[in-house]
Amino acid sequence: MGLFEKLESVAAARKGLEELGVDPFHVVNEEILSPTEARINGRKVLLAGTNNYLGLTFHPECIETACQALRSEGTGTTGSRMANGTYAGHNALERELAAFFGCSEAIVFSTGFVANLGVISALTGPGDVILIDGDCHASIYDGCRMSGADILRFRHNNPADLDKRLRRLGDRAQNALIIVEGIYSMLGDQAPLAEIVRIKEQYGALLMVDEAHSLGVLGQRGRGLAEAEGCLDKVDFIVGTFSKSLGTIGGFCVSNHPELDLVRYASRSYIFTASPSPATIASVRSALALLEAGTHLRDKLWDNARRLYSGLKQQGFELGPQPGPVVAVYTESSEQTLRCWAALLEQGIYVNLVLPPAAPDGKTLLRCSVSAAHTSEQIDRLLQGFAALTESTTQIPPT
Amino acid sequence: MSTPEYTRILDEITAILERFINKPVAVTEQTELVNDLGLDSLLVMEILEEVEDTFDFSFPLNNLSEIRTVGDFALQVQKEIGG
Repeated sequence: MGLFEKLESVAAARKGLEELGVDPFHVVNEEILSPTEARINGRKVLLAGTNNYLGLTFHPECIETACQALRSEGTGTTGSRMANGTYAGHNALERELAAFFGCSEAIVFSTGFVANLGVISALTGPGDVILIDGDCHASIYDGCRMSGADILRFRHNNPADLDKRLRRLGDRAQNALIIVEGIYSMLGDQAPLAEIVRIKEQYGALLMVDEAHSLGVLGQRGRGLAEAEGCLDKVDFIVGTFSKSLGTIGGFCVSNHPELDLVRYASRSYIFTASPSPATIASVRSALALLEAGTHLRDKLWDNARRLYSGLKQQGFELGPQPGPVVAVYTESSEQTLRCWAALLEQGIYVNLVLPPAAPDGKTLLRCSVSAAHTSEQIDRLLQGFAALTESTTQIPPT
Repeated sequence: MSTPEYTRILDEITAILERFINKPVAVTEQTELVNDLGLDSLLVMEILEEVEDTFDFSFPLNNLSEIRTVGDFALQVQKEIGG
């Protein structure tokens, strides 16, 4: 097979989209008006698929500190953390993250994706075993592949299946790494973490939790599912991203294992990529301080999330298993999902389109993400947009 | 290659595949999972879980690339369960 022949199926899929007159993968935000509004195709659109959970992307303090860093430290570090790319701000952010989670160690990476690649592939290697929830993010799968360890997939949110697989491992279970997520990105459901912690302790395994979608969303202080479930001290490694609740870009890992610091020296995605820019680091630090300052953003986010979830439920839509900032609406087919997605955009509403294999179990979804910055009126507009879909014969029939 | 253990595994896998595929295909050792049965990655995962539970073992995802035919599948399972 020629190099380009492998792309023929992609070309065919894209042609199919063109024939439908829909191209959800090339949406251009021509102008960003606020955390919840943009101009797309020349029209003002309500954004409900951004992962901007706390709505901090336009917060004056984050913008101001970023501007100051930009002026005083320049546009970029032009180098790796291991070379010239560690500035005082990178180390300060690591100390602040460690303190926030009550951990001794923290590492800042350039993105959440490379945090997973770097940490997983440095911690594990050939001969080791990693057990991952079947619905884990692509970066977790890729980190596992890079490691060369044996990758065992357990059924999504199924502690009994995890238990069974650890039992089968015998003595190897003591050295196994279990990986789950706080909130799963597509369906918005949470891991049964207390039960998973009980099982990992029973077998003496290690546990990593990716809090990408739960940082700033769950827990009394916004530290994620591990905090909400009262098991922060039982989780060995927490990874996360700055690109959702904290409104910037970057990733991190925190731990009480002193060995985490050695990961810097063994992680290719830490060593061989440029570090986050000074402006990015400055805005993350401001966002983290805002997150720590109180619960009002989290409270507003949850008010909005519950309002959207219950409203869509009342309209008869089949939704993800639990309310939260990710509200997944099940659809019946790829064609229907595309039509509904386009119809919503036509109404001035942007949500995420999710087709297999991105959605679990071969499902198709319209994925909404809610923000603390959404007004009640905007949530109502979203609900009206979905209600209009059910009124059209070509759209989603309520279940 | 055709030990009684291998034959037993092959028969079990064949039965599982026939339950999962909704089209009339005669499944043999030489049947290719993707090209002949048209299995996509999600269905492969479901079938794998069924096979794992049947033989009470866990199959590393890393080894999936070694499997092209039903016979390859049976051999890999035999290797994993030490039969």
